[in-house]
Amino acid sequence: MFFDIIVVGGGHAGCEASHATSKMGFKTALITSNIKNIADMPCNPSIGGTAKGIIVRDIDALGGLMGIIADKSHIQIKMLNNGKGPAVRSLRAQADKVTYPKNMLKALKSTENLKIIEGMVEDIIIENNKVKGIKLENEKIINCNALILTTGTYLKSKILIGDSSKFEGPHGERRSNFLSDKLKQLGFDIIRLKTGTPQRLDRKTIDFSKLKEETGDDTYWAFNCENEFFYDKNKQEKCYLVYTNETTHKIINENLAKSAMYGGYAEGIGPRYCPSIEDKIVRFKDKERHQLFLEPESVYYDDIYLQGFSTSMPKDVQEKMVHSLKGLENAKILKYAYAIEYDAINPLQLKPSLETKIIENLFTAGQINGTSGYEEAAGQGIIAGINAGRKLQNKEPLILKRNESYIGVLIDDLVTKGTKEPYRMLTSRAEFRLLLRHDNADLRLRKYGYEVGLINEEKYHKLKEKEKNIDKLLNELKEEKITKKNITQNILNKINKDDNFNTSISLYDFLKRPEINMELLLNENIIEKKYTNEIYQQVEILIKYEGYIKKELKEVEKLLKLESKKIPKDIDYDKISNLASEAKQKLKEIRPLTLAQAARISGVNPSDLSILAIYLKKEYGKDEL
Amino acid sequence: MDDTICAISTTLGVGAISIVRISGKESINIVDKIFEGKNLHNVESHTIHYGYIVDNKNKIDEVLVTVMKAPKTYTKEDIIEINCHGGIATTNKILELLLLNGCRLAEPGEFTKRAFLNGRIDLIEAESVGDLINSETDKKRKLSLNGVTGSISNLINKIRKALLNINANIEVNIDYPEYEDIEVLTNKEIKPKILKVMEDLDKLLKESENGKIIKNGINVALVGKPNVGKSSLLNTLLEEEKAIVTDIAGTTRDIVEGKIVLNGIVLNLIDTAGIRDTEDIIEKIGVNKSQKIIEKSDLVILVLNYNEKITQKELDLINQLRNKNLIVYINKTDLQKEIDINEIKCENIVLGNTLDIKNLEELKNKIIELFNLEQIETSDFTYLSNSRQISLVRNAKKSLENVLIGIDNGIEVDMLLIDIKECIDYLGEIIGATYKEELLDEIFKNFCLGK
Repeated sequence: MFFDIIVVGGGHAGCEASHATSKMGFKTALITSNIKNIADMPCNPSIGGTAKGIIVRDIDALGGLMGIIADKSHIQIKMLNNGKGPAVRSLRAQADKVTYPKNMLKALKSTENLKIIEGMVEDIIIENNKVKGIKLENEKIINCNALILTTGTYLKSKILIGDSSKFEGPHGERRSNFLSDKLKQLGFDIIRLKTGTPQRLDRKTIDFSKLKEETGDDTYWAFNCENEFFYDKNKQEKCYLVYTNETTHKIINENLAKSAMYGGYAEGIGPRYCPSIEDKIVRFKDKERHQLFLEPESVYYDDIYLQGFSTSMPKDVQEKMVHSLKGLENAKILKYAYAIEYDAINPLQLKPSLETKIIENLFTAGQINGTSGYEEAAGQGIIAGINAGRKLQNKEPLILKRNESYIGVLIDDLVTKGTKEPYRMLTSRAEFRLLLRHDNADLRLRKYGYEVGLINEEKYHKLKEKEKNIDKLLNELKEEKITKKNITQNILNKINKDDNFNTSISLYDFLKRPEINMELLLNENIIEKKYTNEIYQQVEILIKYEGYIKKELKEVEKLLKLESKKIPKDIDYDKISNLASEAKQKLKEIRPLTLAQAARISGVNPSDLSILAIYLKKEYGKDEL
Repeated sequence: MDDTICAISTTLGVGAISIVRISGKESINIVDKIFEGKNLHNVESHTIHYGYIVDNKNKIDEVLVTVMKAPKTYTKEDIIEINCHGGIATTNKILELLLLNGCRLAEPGEFTKRAFLNGRIDLIEAESVGDLINSETDKKRKLSLNGVTGSISNLINKIRKALLNINANIEVNIDYPEYEDIEVLTNKEIKPKILKVMEDLDKLLKESENGKIIKNGINVALVGKPNVGKSSLLNTLLEEEKAIVTDIAGTTRDIVEGKIVLNGIVLNLIDTAGIRDTEDIIEKIGVNKSQKIIEKSDLVILVLNYNEKITQKELDLINQLRNKNLIVYINKTDLQKEIDINEIKCENIVLGNTLDIKNLEELKNKIIELFNLEQIETSDFTYLSNSRQISLVRNAKKSLENVLIGIDNGIEVDMLLIDIKECIDYLGEIIGATYKEELLDEIFKNFCLGK
């Protein structure tokens, strides 16, 4: 059997990767150990969240699936940080754990060129450091030109609950026993990571009357850039707030030795932003309570996810802990919290295209690269898919820059800095977040989706139309002048009394005033309503935050200047005298493509960078720099 | 950086001994060629050897040679220092020999630059070392040394930490908007915090002004009508202090008539009459050149005549100088009083007579009082030692001013962060710190979050 491209693993990274390659016209096989687990959500029942929601949006802009599938599958949706600036607004949907995988499987099944195969991959076939195919556990060989590994947590996974452990993946699924050994043999540096998931409780046994409700937004929202809605905002499910108390903390403190993490039964490194509840109580001793969330997993079954309570305590202690919480006194635990350890590769061994440095045409994406989260996985998945395709087309890879997408930030961080803990995207990781907004994902990325073949003519045409209208409106507002005489009383009321603008002012400048906004000017018919809401919203952001946007663009310019300084692939760092030994070692390991990437490596100091720059200038002439 | 550099590292012509310093890979090879004594290739690192510098067997000078091998040296390269006998001709001859044998003449500050590029010192230390080399008085040296030991770094670090903390708090509010237990920073809460940081920066800038005074001295302009006694005042001051009477060649301040040291601080005395003796400075006050002198000066001493009525032009000048440090020195008190002192709107009036030394004491005390020189003497020096650092702090302050403008315009917190981060970057640039990893550490250290 032969496929152009094989994707191993049917999680969020695998779905996007296989969808992308198929769409690009490559005969693709998606191999999963259990077809029922395609697009499975073994942890929290939500898609999106701060920064992550923008990743989903970016995936949609590029032509991926996660956004539209989430739009069709959620039971609640919210715009987070809606009261803050446009840069940090981000969508989060409570995805139905039954509907989401179902809709994803449906979408994949209807994708041309894509075949889903059930099987456990245990070996990779390599010839001359180039991928040739895979071998299934039943010894069956499938050949391919490019291979994308999206194995998630299934490499030598180990489930830990208290002092007991099982060698299996989530849901008691079988793990891959040999694949990570094979990768090690090929020269990959295998790291061991850990993550955890909290309890699932039986909805019927919770006293919701004692808890505070968290409802969905009253506005319609969508991840897809076409802004299509598939839900009724009045029929959203509720989430609830719960707090730990003194009794909870006492139970945990008394049983610390029994926890897998504190008892010393685990070896993997867990993420800082996902501490277990025992971690939180030990580290933040003077905090009287910790906030927890109850989130429904699906409308089709009764599991309620207890966010914030992940633990590696034994089952009996977990019972006591849960029952100490108000409203959960009689709650029945359907699934106990567990920690999971798994093998991953050191992402420093990846190129920014997500192809491995060691084996040609081998790509990896998702948790195998040391990340955590569905969105992070999917974001890498689509890029790995696109670039596996581009490689076979002999085209330059698509490398999103840090000023273009959160996905660019994510991959650049991974391949430049590596990670010691499962990597989660945070808005604070992006230095240009005012440019990486939820609302401009299509303006940032659609063109790339179109270029690689994931966005069709019709959608691209719409984008061009949108860009044109934004320019038009901006110009109109700059040209049209108003004075006190030709604005309405309602607007005059808003303006500071002793503020006399008797001379005329452009609407553009008028909009910059804190007390004035687009909605007001539209309602008062000062601005004629002839474009879509999106256009007005976009233009308002561009005007109101012009100063701040300009500041970020200036920083981007500096970055791009450094990005344009390419480091030759064959550079011999040993030949550069005076380079600090730590910097030399890091540069040799990471082999950055540009001076900008080199600058981001921890351990490479400004002085190393100037030595490197001087060396490049000397050795490769002025043209290179 | 591959070549070997040399320079005379003591002031030429001053002192009994001159030191010629050589740094680079070839240091030992080159010096060994012109040294008669031990074979320098075979000596231990950090040892001193007696011998002669020779030119084709001709002994040039009797010297001590210090051999310091990489990496434990100032530049992290091989360094040799030749202590020779100090005469200009001899020292120059040795330098010439070194150049002939393969050394390159070092550019100003190149040793320090190498120390920096080789990771021996950080930027702020490098700059302070530069200042140290150029320091003239003892106090200046202390100030430069302080930069090296990093007390500025500590202070900037502290200010920066405060901002990082605000930053981290806002970031947490953004990344975890639904955690009700975490303090939510709003514009109202941010404002006083920013004001506090600005206050700290202001204090640092103010102290740096003092640092500037220590480094550059105080420029004092003497103004007054002809024959009012400026020159005799100047001369008495100079004679009294017996300090630096003439201007050192090569300084850019070509109008400085002389320097005296007061409480360890250099006063650069500028007699405006000295520019064009016959012209009346007050007549010329509208003229550009005189204005410039007054602008450049840190202190103006206006000399008036006790024996004459005050003129309108003098009053205008006093008025014009109301925002500057001004001392009115009323001279010739030995003569009949004609002046009406009540007309002079200036707090610092000294009555005196250049013939009487006691009155000069009063003038000097006024200067000490005006510039807090007593305090400068006793305080520990936490000053930014050069203009690059000072301008970075000014930029940092500017960023915070923008934060305040944003707050007043109701701009959202995450936008304010853009200016807060800019400020953190400016401060980081002074001490060579990077921002990103620190921020994440700060977030996870101080806030309790997670699923």
